[in-house]
Amino acid sequence: MSLPSDAQTALDTFDASLGWEQRARLLMQWGERLPSVADDEKVDEHLVDGCESKVWLLGNLEEGRWQFRAASDARLIRGLVALLLARVNGLSTQELQQVDLPDWFNQLGLSRQLSPSRSNGLNAVLQKMRGMADS
Amino acid sequence: MSLISPWRADFPALDALERQGQIYLDSAATAQKPQALIDALAHYYANGAANVHRAQHLPGAMATQAFEDTRHKVAEWLHADSCGQVVFTHGATSAFNLLAYGLEHLFQPGDEIVISALEHHANLLPWQQLAARRYLKLVVLALTPDGVIDVDAAAHLITARTRLLAVSQLSNVLGTWQPVGQLVALAKAQGALTVIDGAQGVVHGRHDVQALGCDFYVFSSHKLYGPDGVGVVFGRHQALAQLRHWQFGGEMVLQAGYHEATFRPAPLGFEAGTPPVSGVIGLGATLDYLNDVNQVAAAEHEARLHELLCAGLMLREGVQLVGRPQVALASFVVEGVHNADLAHLLTEQGIAVRAGHHCAIPLISSLGLSGAIRVSLGLYNDSEDLQRFFNALDQALELLR
Repeated sequence: MSLPSDAQTALDTFDASLGWEQRARLLMQWGERLPSVADDEKVDEHLVDGCESKVWLLGNLEEGRWQFRAASDARLIRGLVALLLARVNGLSTQELQQVDLPDWFNQLGLSRQLSPSRSNGLNAVLQKMRGMADS
Repeated sequence: MSLISPWRADFPALDALERQGQIYLDSAATAQKPQALIDALAHYYANGAANVHRAQHLPGAMATQAFEDTRHKVAEWLHADSCGQVVFTHGATSAFNLLAYGLEHLFQPGDEIVISALEHHANLLPWQQLAARRYLKLVVLALTPDGVIDVDAAAHLITARTRLLAVSQLSNVLGTWQPVGQLVALAKAQGALTVIDGAQGVVHGRHDVQALGCDFYVFSSHKLYGPDGVGVVFGRHQALAQLRHWQFGGEMVLQAGYHEATFRPAPLGFEAGTPPVSGVIGLGATLDYLNDVNQVAAAEHEARLHELLCAGLMLREGVQLVGRPQVALASFVVEGVHNADLAHLLTEQGIAVRAGHHCAIPLISSLGLSGAIRVSLGLYNDSEDLQRFFNALDQALELLR
């Protein structure tokens, strides 16, 4: 299975050897690429529970392919979610259920962002996404 | 001018953390441990663990001796003299739950429990749930703009209907000393029981439960440089006599049949099952260590560090302190910057501070905040730690703005 092109770009950009400042700048830039969520879509139904910052996640199946959109009031989590969407948008339900997302962040040198003590919400976003794919 | 902690070398983790590139400024969550405690734990486990209060053999006698010695040391630490007893629990949260369940029989529907707006969840939720079980009214004391419980307003809210007052001595979010002596006096004048949450307060300065006049004083060992898994309830004799047994099991029992049992009085009656033996012994070693620390010098060191911390924060544009912290810690937010972003970038730079609601969601919400960053200090912090924190903060803010 070939990677979506955004995912390949992300892989080419992020690297465990980046300094923290570079990584933060890149994350903030990626955050700006998130597909937009209208204000009236930012309702509790789409809010991800368990985040320090607010994250809204919406997903649709279009012709058998998942398209997620997300928003957050914090900038770095926006970047992390954008990197997540780069990997999963365009996948079928079966592909979405199979994709190893912790490994994805590991490849980007961002595995620490998924540690259980982090309350940044990335884990909660992953969980909500899996719930949507399973239902 | 740099402030060097003469006690830093007594805490081996500080060096280890430094080698991991970490600056530890989260002591209000849990404190690092002195070598004396680590040695005591290793000695206990290496020389023969045993259960306490039940075995006739030598290891049992030695463990019991060390366990009971700690009980005396804690009583001395709190200047309890002979006015009450020390009960060990599995943490401060367990201690509050013991009180909320053990005192439940004293409440009638309509009675009032008074807490304050700044309580940690541990000293809020047990009372909130007790109020729900018994149809009681939970009265919440308001704060002044500086983050101190408003005593004048409290004088009107503590009434003949008040059956119990439970307030924190030192706020874990605001870093403000609370007028617990005055509040206890108000409550006692109405015949109410009084509980002080000393989880933060006990770490900073020596307190005197006789002078405070409270019925119960609760703290956890792990914030006082001791092991985790150990909580302390000091209770006055008359107050402990009103406490019903809560958890049942080994060693708290006097006589047991299949269908009925009688139970021990305090303290053992409230220490069901095997207590945290090593933890209690470790706490004893920690108190021995702390007794050797010059308290005046330590308080002065902490005060000067705290001054540096607050001054440095206030110097930075857009940084707002939460309340007016007096000791030990400072919480802050930055205008136009999300706490989560700031926390992320401080973490990236190896600064161990706490971000979020600090287990006091009602307080954080009532201040109109979604969270705050908290920097908290221990005996072992140097001004160099704060300098590293400020450098990281400046870098983070530069990036985010």
